[in-house]
Amino acid sequence: MSLKEDLETIKQNGLKEIDASTDVKSLNEIRVQLLGKKGPITQALRGISKLPVEERPVVGSFANIIRDELATAITTKQTELENAKLNAKLAEEKLDVTLPGNQVALGHPHVIQQIIDEIEDIFIGMGYQVLNGPEVEEDHYNFEMMNLPKDHPARDMQDTFYITKEILMRTHTSPMQARSLEKHDFSKGPLKMISPGVVFRRDTDDPTHSHQFHQVEGIMIDKHITMADLKGTLETMTHKLFGDKFKVRLRPSYFPFTEPSVEADITCMNCGGKGCDVCKGSGWIEVLGAGMVHPNVLKMAGVDPKEYGGFAFGVGPDRFAMLKYGVNDIRDFYLDDLRFLSQFD
Amino acid sequence: MLLSYDWLKDYLDINLSPEDLGEKIERTSVEVDSVSKRSDGLKKIVVGKIISFEKHPDAGHLNICQIDVGEDEPLQIVCGAPNVEVGKKVIVALSGARVGGNIKIKKAKMRGVQSNGMLCGLDEIGFSKDVVPDEWKDGIYFLPDDAKLGNSVFDYLGMNDPLIDLDVTPNRGDMLSLRGAVYDLAAVFDQKVNFDEKAGKELGQTESKTDIKAHADEDLAPIYKLKVVKDVEVKPSPLWLQIKLWNLGIKPINNVVDITNLVMMKLGQPLHAYDLSKIADGDLRVRRAKPGEKITTLDEEERELSALDVVIADSEKPVGLAGLMGGNDAKVTKDTTDIVIEAGVFAPVATRKMAQKELLHTDASQRFERGIDKGNVENALNYAAGLIQDLANGRASQGVVIGSDEVVKPVTISISAERINHVLGTSLSEKEITDIFHRLGFTVENKDHEMLVTVPTRCWDIKIDADLIEEVARIYGYDNIPVTLPVTVTTEGSFTPKQQLIKNSRKILLGEGLTHAISYSLTTEAKAKMFLLNDSNETNLQWPMTNDHAVLRMNLLSGLLDDIAYNQARGVEDVPFFEQGRVFFREADQVRPTEVEHIAGAISGSLAQSTWNQKATPMDFFGMKGIVTKYLETLSLADEISYEATDSISEMHPGQTALIKLGDEVIGFVGQVHPSTAKAFKIKPTFVFELDLDKLVTAKKSEQQYQQVSPFPKISRDMAMLVNDDITNAQVYAIIKRRGGAFLKKVTLFDVYDGEHVPAGKKSLAYSLTFENPKETLKDEVVNKAVAKITKHLQDELDVEIR
Repeated sequence: MSLKEDLETIKQNGLKEIDASTDVKSLNEIRVQLLGKKGPITQALRGISKLPVEERPVVGSFANIIRDELATAITTKQTELENAKLNAKLAEEKLDVTLPGNQVALGHPHVIQQIIDEIEDIFIGMGYQVLNGPEVEEDHYNFEMMNLPKDHPARDMQDTFYITKEILMRTHTSPMQARSLEKHDFSKGPLKMISPGVVFRRDTDDPTHSHQFHQVEGIMIDKHITMADLKGTLETMTHKLFGDKFKVRLRPSYFPFTEPSVEADITCMNCGGKGCDVCKGSGWIEVLGAGMVHPNVLKMAGVDPKEYGGFAFGVGPDRFAMLKYGVNDIRDFYLDDLRFLSQFD
Repeated sequence: MLLSYDWLKDYLDINLSPEDLGEKIERTSVEVDSVSKRSDGLKKIVVGKIISFEKHPDAGHLNICQIDVGEDEPLQIVCGAPNVEVGKKVIVALSGARVGGNIKIKKAKMRGVQSNGMLCGLDEIGFSKDVVPDEWKDGIYFLPDDAKLGNSVFDYLGMNDPLIDLDVTPNRGDMLSLRGAVYDLAAVFDQKVNFDEKAGKELGQTESKTDIKAHADEDLAPIYKLKVVKDVEVKPSPLWLQIKLWNLGIKPINNVVDITNLVMMKLGQPLHAYDLSKIADGDLRVRRAKPGEKITTLDEEERELSALDVVIADSEKPVGLAGLMGGNDAKVTKDTTDIVIEAGVFAPVATRKMAQKELLHTDASQRFERGIDKGNVENALNYAAGLIQDLANGRASQGVVIGSDEVVKPVTISISAERINHVLGTSLSEKEITDIFHRLGFTVENKDHEMLVTVPTRCWDIKIDADLIEEVARIYGYDNIPVTLPVTVTTEGSFTPKQQLIKNSRKILLGEGLTHAISYSLTTEAKAKMFLLNDSNETNLQWPMTNDHAVLRMNLLSGLLDDIAYNQARGVEDVPFFEQGRVFFREADQVRPTEVEHIAGAISGSLAQSTWNQKATPMDFFGMKGIVTKYLETLSLADEISYEATDSISEMHPGQTALIKLGDEVIGFVGQVHPSTAKAFKIKPTFVFELDLDKLVTAKKSEQQYQQVSPFPKISRDMAMLVNDDITNAQVYAIIKRRGGAFLKKVTLFDVYDGEHVPAGKKSLAYSLTFENPKETLKDEVVNKAVAKITKHLQDELDVEIR
């Protein structure tokens, strides 16, 4: 048998052994045994000196090829075995991915606050400031400056919690009209302000009345602000709050601090304007009061009604929230029942 | 205020359905509450005639009646009314009928006798007892003799007249009469109307002033007039008049009283008729009541009066409450022959106060409070006298007697088309505007673009140009006003730093798992005073509705604990809440309290519930402290936050509560609610914090600036030590920080242990210290030196034993 045949046999046997190995450890032993210094290839090459000189390089190179082939086979086999091991491990790690994930605690924003935030953002976007007024007001600002002198019949429309004869829980956010008018420097531009906050009425709590609720007052005063601008402003707010499909209409009404005074209705969200129980068949829902600021209010606050004028409006976020989410009982907003609050995200 | 559609049609050409007319009124004048007919929901109620009746054999109060309803056979109906009478036309509810109260009538046996329907009184077919005339109060109603058998009764009783219920605002007192509504709608529909209800000629020979004298203080009654009508025959009014009144919600009394009410509903002028023979000395005056004086009013209430009340009195006693209601003594009865009719204008404020004090809100007071047409008082008086001549056979005396008579002139207001368009955003021409004013019955005089508009006295609430602008807007139509956005100088819209901080605070706490609660600002006195860090006087309402909402809160937590109680009582055990809002503190000499923004949190139970792979961890002191600490970190406060044990808040656990300090100032507290307080609120163990948000708003903030990340490796050292039990982490931490040198970056407590192998009275604390030098590689010696220094100071100052 020639040396070349010997090498060929070594290769064939080696490949068989490699192929038969089942783990990395035995494969390593095979590697040492086949390719090590005491391995068959090294042994076989010892006989190379017996060959004629011209054959030696041929056989030497053949031996190197075989050594490389075996080394490659071992590496390939090793990768194969490692992959199999990894796959087995991964298979063991398989999870039921439909099991629920870990809980992450996250609170729920209050629905009224959400509506107020939305309204604030809409008016901030239109260049308004947000002013926060006192909740305990003077009769002077709550009534007198709003063109509601003592004994005015419209005071009956706002039953009041008095603290003293002159100090009361504000019945509306409108006193912020007077307060902002008094302070505003018209040489720096128009007065554009909204004022959200909590207000109080001497009412017995029931599904449609709460002794505490929220309002957002708004006022814009400059040299040429029109009722058409009021319509546009209310329409913008309605579209952003409820959607573009909602229309706004005005109806005559009465507030002592505006003239003309209007009530604004929007398309009924329950029936989309077709008429239903919620809107008493009219297709419209009353949502806010507004009007052109009464000259007396301007005058009392030191603003000349001949030069300046504008509109004011008052929005009820509680009512908006009731309409938007179909809440039937205003008290739900103040009971803080988690089963209620957690429905809003 | 009810408006009769049929009555309106007597004066106006109306092509709209009642519902559409209601809609039109709502869009141009005042709100409409409802449009309905008295016959709505009723059916199969017809005219019948009692042919005969006999006593029920087994029930003495029942009669078995044979009723002709125009069919071949009479109907047998058992009836319990006391006034059945052969030959009378009656209201018959047939089998299958629907009567008042949505009750269905069926054939039935009554005490063994077949009854095939029901004979009805007015109240049984939906009339309120308040409008049923006294003579028909008990028993069945008799229809006119000419009513046709078998016909529906509705038309005979005016029940098909559509009634429009107006919700009249305080500025539209003119809409509280047919006349006002007709003029208003005439303007809306652009129709001409004539509403001059002229009086007939007086038939009496004598003058009113021979029988009656009148006096009135002009402050109490700017106009006060009387007229005498003699020889009246008092009896029930004709049916058409009764129908008009009951449809408008007024009970027919007798022809004289009914006429005064009809004139009020028609012309808006409240009137009152007195029995002349009951007026002592023929003298009527409007005056303040004398304290202690008494009057029994027509509602049979005896009322004790004070000097705030205004009365109509004869020479001896009050005979009426001015503008509210007449007295019972001088009322017109069936025996009355001579009457005096009163037409006046009573001061609105006095009327309103009296109505409130006496809890007596009448049709008259409602009108006087809002004002009435001062230009039509005498006309209404004469018109009523004329009707009494016609319907009660009286003879009106000549002339009227005047107690007071304010001169009333129409108001003239100057305005321009430019001004109107400037306010409304319209581009109406002078001609269009003039046309609108003409439709309203105003006269217009044009003088170079200035319009002088003269407003008749029937629109007494129109006084200034803004009022005229409103008239133009509503008649022109709000829908026709364009939709624009204001054109002005650009303004910056942005939140103030305070608003921004408050908004961010809410967001952070939501992110930390707390739900936003809004509780009531008004609470009980006891709850208002809880959880106080400083003494404050409470602020009380003068007249609270209930003790539950009587005092202004001085803390947010008591409200949140109420909320937790509400939830836990309903089986919701894990309740994490925060609230942000005002609390109200007051010094003794302060009237109006100081409003302070607070933010507070309260957690009972766990933030997250147990699941298949996670165990719920109930909230504890450190959990809550972590929430507060993290929140405060987001505020970039320049001064350091520290926590200091306190047992001074009586509602808090004395061993698990810390004051929260910013620098040297206390800004709030965190800890566990005292178990006794929790028990009183009926809540499970609860952990809370409350902070003064205003102090956080004004606190100095650190400028956030980038610090370069050190490229050199850091070195960590752990230090474990035994310390006495009473030594706090804060003390150890402070020394480590102070003595750790310039390169000590971070100190973390990683272990607290006082179990096995720790001597009694001691505990083991272990800290990890991290050193870093951004300029060069740190040398071990430097760190060793720093640690040695820390060790020395800990040993010297706190007597610790380094392990």
